[in-house]
Amino acid sequence: MTVQAEAAIRRTKDLFLEQDGRLLDQWSEKANISADELRELYRALRAALAGEDEDFTDVRGLLAEFSRTRVRQGYTPAETARTVFALKDAMYEIVEADGSPEALRGFAWFSRLVDDLGLFTFETFSNAREKVILDQTEQLLELSTPVVKLWEGIVAVPLVGTLDSARTQVVMEKLLQTLMETGSQHAVIDITGVPAVDTQVAHHLLKTVMAARLMGAECVISGIRPQIAHTIVTLGIEFGDIVTKASLADALAHALRRSGAEIKVNGRWPDEEETESSP
Amino acid sequence: MTRPPILKLGDILIVSIQTDLDDQEALALQDDLAEAAVAARARGVIIDISAVDVVDSFIGRTFATIAAITRILDAETVVVGMRPAVAITMVELGLSMGGVRTALNLTQAIEMLNHARSPG
Amino acid sequence: MSTERQELTIATNGDIVLARRQVRIAAAELGLSLVDQTKVVTVASELARNALVHAGGGRMRVEIVHNGPRRGLRLTVVDEGPGIEDVEQALTEGFSTANGLGLGLSGSRRLVDEFDLVSAPQQGTRVTVIKWAR
Repeated sequence: MTVQAEAAIRRTKDLFLEQDGRLLDQWSEKANISADELRELYRALRAALAGEDEDFTDVRGLLAEFSRTRVRQGYTPAETARTVFALKDAMYEIVEADGSPEALRGFAWFSRLVDDLGLFTFETFSNAREKVILDQTEQLLELSTPVVKLWEGIVAVPLVGTLDSARTQVVMEKLLQTLMETGSQHAVIDITGVPAVDTQVAHHLLKTVMAARLMGAECVISGIRPQIAHTIVTLGIEFGDIVTKASLADALAHALRRSGAEIKVNGRWPDEEETESSP
Repeated sequence: MTRPPILKLGDILIVSIQTDLDDQEALALQDDLAEAAVAARARGVIIDISAVDVVDSFIGRTFATIAAITRILDAETVVVGMRPAVAITMVELGLSMGGVRTALNLTQAIEMLNHARSPG
Repeated sequence: MSTERQELTIATNGDIVLARRQVRIAAAELGLSLVDQTKVVTVASELARNALVHAGGGRMRVEIVHNGPRRGLRLTVVDEGPGIEDVEQALTEGFSTANGLGLGLSGSRRLVDEFDLVSAPQQGTRVTVIKWAR
């Protein structure tokens, strides 16, 4: 930095620190906000410019809080940023009154400083919004992946819609958790409602089946449409000895048989011959 | 050194791992189970890991070794209560614990052991 | 109490357990999911054991790292042991040394987001892994 620039910045800082209450009042007027609401921030800025808070950490902390408060009060992020920018107008009057070339030169520096602070309030707003979206996405994932009990010891996870890596992982963890909690030894993962399966998703499914096996439960994958079967073969994904069925019904029958259940319909076993009833 | 207590339920031995075992303690458990299986003429050994939150390659191999040893002593080993996070991690780690049977809970483990004795 | 960085000594079997515990605490504080916590603790166990078994001991550093808004847990395990002659081979699936104790490195690599191994004969080994919070 040149000697000139240093002198300019110093002059501007001095001007700022000389002002005390008056600058705060001017800022409050130009920003159309009560001086009380700006006071803490103003004091922190003074401290920072006086060299007590070189990285402006305290200032940023207060600004973040200020930004959040304004949002709660219903102000748009642009309005909040403009509140900060108004300090430039207030300061300019003082610089003009001083008239020294150093002060005028230093004002460019001051202006950039305030711009940064204003943009920071915008960033705080943006980050907070992103967090809300993330939280809601998670909640949505939780809600849209039900694990249902089909029968004693048999649960099913009907997967619907496009699967991405994140969602598949959530579903799979939920399935394993349910297996443990309910002590179900059989799970049916039905992908009838899934239009396409890519390598990553297929691997997640495989890993889930293996994890379930490690825990002591067996999984059957059902609802595999011809196109998906084709994709799996083309991608070279090995399903090994994992049982796959075309329909959920077949998968349920398989699981029932494996769990030792036998089903009678109308008092007869499904493959029993209908006989004449004897009096 | 912590040595998990081994309980006897008829001719089935049950041990519940409640603490984070170091490698030495895992090996000691292996020895304790082998001795107990012989002494009790056990037909089954159940290892409850529902309180275990990490199974690394050493512990995994220890279970596999215990299963192999007990098989020679004519008993089956069943590992019970594996947590989902542990199962997922083991799959990713590539730890298969081949030869070790698993069950979701104690009841199923005992059913498994009963079934093994009298097939059909 | 949360610390940004911890240095652990790996000299005994008990130290491996301690390392698992410390990494678990750090991972939980960082907000890693239960599955991710389990993964990184397992990796810590594998790496600590490697240092103990193959080099007689070593050091593990546990620290929080940042990449922009992202926060992660970084483990650095260093030992002054004989080093790994063929790093490529050590990282292949299923590789294990003569005494039957697999290095578990390839598996460990899958459990973390970033993995770096520096080793040469007679020059010790340094493994650095990072698990990012999602």
